[in-house]
Amino acid sequence: MKARELTSGGQPAKSASMRDRGNGLQSKSRLAAVLVLGPILFGSILGGCVSVNAPDKPIVIELNINIRQEVIYRLSADAGNTIEENEDIF
Amino acid sequence: MQRGLENRKLRRIVLAAGAVALALGGLAGPAYAERDPAYDAARASGQVGEKMDGYLGIVTGETPELRRLISDINIKRRAVYAQKAQAASATIEEYALTAGCLAIARTQPGEKYQAPDGGWRTRTTAPPVRDARCP
Repeated sequence: MKARELTSGGQPAKSASMRDRGNGLQSKSRLAAVLVLGPILFGSILGGCVSVNAPDKPIVIELNINIRQEVIYRLSADAGNTIEENEDIF
Repeated sequence: MQRGLENRKLRRIVLAAGAVALALGGLAGPAYAERDPAYDAARASGQVGEKMDGYLGIVTGETPELRRLISDINIKRRAVYAQKAQAASATIEEYALTAGCLAIARTQPGEKYQAPDGGWRTRTTAPPVRDARCP
């Protein structure tokens, strides 16, 4: 038996019922801690995992795929004149 | 008295000369349709190339100045394409792609152009590799 001066207060848990009561309290507070801290911890872990990586290859969007050859042939002479008229930017 | 009058005459001559120079400069500006020397140099060195879509692209050695220069030319090209496309009842993209075909055909050996696979090629004396739809 340990000396009682240091623990003071209540009686030492001698019987099984007294010990159970103590354990019950402890597990209840642990449950509360899990309920409160759980989502926070989970959230922070998730937050740390979500990352957006830039693709290492340039994204090429082919917008000209639908332009037909006939259209290009029709515009060809006009575009040729335009280039000659604006030589400073071509 | 005499000196003051002479000074005034001299000042008038200088002012007139300045006005003439300004007028001449204003006239000469738009009449000169030559490439910016920096643009010409960037083309010749292969820093800048003709893209299939009718605009310029930076191949290598991008600097803020070069980016600005090329963006400026591309904006001007787009304005021209928009105007001409409307007159020809075509879309800007159609007109720009056509101009791109021709601009690539006009490249000089050593200059860069974009091949149909999207990669940059150096123009040789041989005809450039172009889109199958190009005239």
